[in-house]
Amino acid sequence: MSDLRELYQEVIFDHYKAPRNCHELAGANHRAEGHNPLCGDAITVYLRIEDGTIKDAAFIGNGCAISTASASLMTEALKGKKIAEVEHISEDFRRMVTDASMAPHPGLGKLEVLAGVREFPVRVKCATLAWHTLQAALRGQRSPVTTE
Amino acid sequence: MSFTTDLQREAVVTPRGCAQWRDDFPILRGRVNGKPLVYLDNAATTQKPQAVIDAESRYYAHDNANVHRGVHTLSQRATAAYEAARVKIQRFINAAAAEEIVLVRGATEAINLVAQSYARPRLQPGDEIVISAMEHHSNIVPWQLVGEQTGAVLKVVPINDAGELELDAFRDLLGPRTRLVAITHLSNALGSIVPVESVIALAHDRGVPVLVDGAQAISHLPVDVRALGCDFYAFSGHKIFGPTGIGVLYGRTELLDAMPPYQGGGDMISSVTFDKTEYNDLPYKFEAGTPNIAGAIGLGAALDYVSAIGMQVIAAHEHDLLTYATKAVSGIPGLRIIGTARRKASILSFTLDGMHPHDVGTILDCQGVAIRAGHHCSMPVMQRYGIRGTARASFALYNTREEVDALVAGIRKAQEMFHR
Repeated sequence: MSDLRELYQEVIFDHYKAPRNCHELAGANHRAEGHNPLCGDAITVYLRIEDGTIKDAAFIGNGCAISTASASLMTEALKGKKIAEVEHISEDFRRMVTDASMAPHPGLGKLEVLAGVREFPVRVKCATLAWHTLQAALRGQRSPVTTE
Repeated sequence: MSFTTDLQREAVVTPRGCAQWRDDFPILRGRVNGKPLVYLDNAATTQKPQAVIDAESRYYAHDNANVHRGVHTLSQRATAAYEAARVKIQRFINAAAAEEIVLVRGATEAINLVAQSYARPRLQPGDEIVISAMEHHSNIVPWQLVGEQTGAVLKVVPINDAGELELDAFRDLLGPRTRLVAITHLSNALGSIVPVESVIALAHDRGVPVLVDGAQAISHLPVDVRALGCDFYAFSGHKIFGPTGIGVLYGRTELLDAMPPYQGGGDMISSVTFDKTEYNDLPYKFEAGTPNIAGAIGLGAALDYVSAIGMQVIAAHEHDLLTYATKAVSGIPGLRIIGTARRKASILSFTLDGMHPHDVGTILDCQGVAIRAGHHCSMPVMQRYGIRGTARASFALYNTREEVDALVAGIRKAQEMFHR
């Protein structure tokens, strides 16, 4: 059960019940839709990017506690970051949730709270849905992405 | 809320009976995440009794050879075992002849076979195929594909809020352009038993053939294809305690005879030249290539196992379990049962307020309880109820009331975690 408590930490519940930046974004100049076919969860990520910096980020969607908390924490982490930094954080996040041998990564800040996902391989796609969708938004991809 | 099956429950199922059955399934002795396994995902696949595992192993250890064409002893033994399995299947569903049993990979392949080989050559633009609103994707997508290929269209019979087929609406949907009805016998998402006898009678009145998707029904209801009167019946071995990779298409001889082959290759031919190829007799016309011989033998052993217990006995036990489980979860605040038909079997789908089925599934898994979470390959059904997915527990002959108690305890624990 301790693994479960690692996965479902207080912060996760907090971000699930009261997700941050959970709304459409007026003035968004990037957006993308993402979809987890495993469970039917869907998300839309909105970004307002100016001068290579993410000025604002938001999302809407319905999903499990892991995917919602991940999206919420992601939008908090993105604001004010340069795109190059965001790519770094994305890659670090992906490694954190998939690689059981990885040591904690200080650069991820609050996102560390999702480290427990790596003990639950079937839930990795929940954690990465928002991030896949973020990538699509950055690249200006038209069609919805999936976690497959 | 109560429901029933139409079976005469003469057999009394004792706890000892069920305990004996559990002993037959080695995997049920196992533990997951440090807890005893409580396997409640039978609608996804069933566990296998030692007899089925042994039958496949024995085949590979003693009788393995390719079937039908060999001239040596092992190939004769393999052929005899394979064809004996076909006869067991024929008897299990009371088909008129073994040639009406086509061995395929599973129910999905069986339905695709009928779509491509029966429907496609016949359908004209504007022709209609009728399905229901509670089908699994495998009984929707093959018809959509054939619709794209031929210009035929799908008509969907609605279900009511309880998840019951609206027979009046079905009657109204049958029209002069209807060419086929494809319908589930037992809904994998809702557990509703569909009155296929009535569906078939109405369809046959209009000269329309009926394919029944029996993937779920085969292990929970007695299936007699002649009593039902269906034209095609499809099911998978792995849902009735048999191996994966083997399934059955039952088709009436008259229909199968008139259908062109589905896949070309060895075994489905009687002679081949570059000018002309003659096709084999039934059922071999539809069995191209080396079949899943071990799988067929394993399926035969599974059907023997079920027959020895008796479907009536199994259904009575499962009915008791589902009643017990339904009552138990009805007492949980915030839980909504999805699928409340008056006639149900095996399946208990539900949602929990403020909790995603995925999270419920993970928390239950940590307690050794295996359920399924999501859309269950029935996205249209989920849409009908305005939800994205459910948590689904599905019972089989080896499940017990204690396991239902574990499910309920797990749900309460999940709620505790989420509503602190």
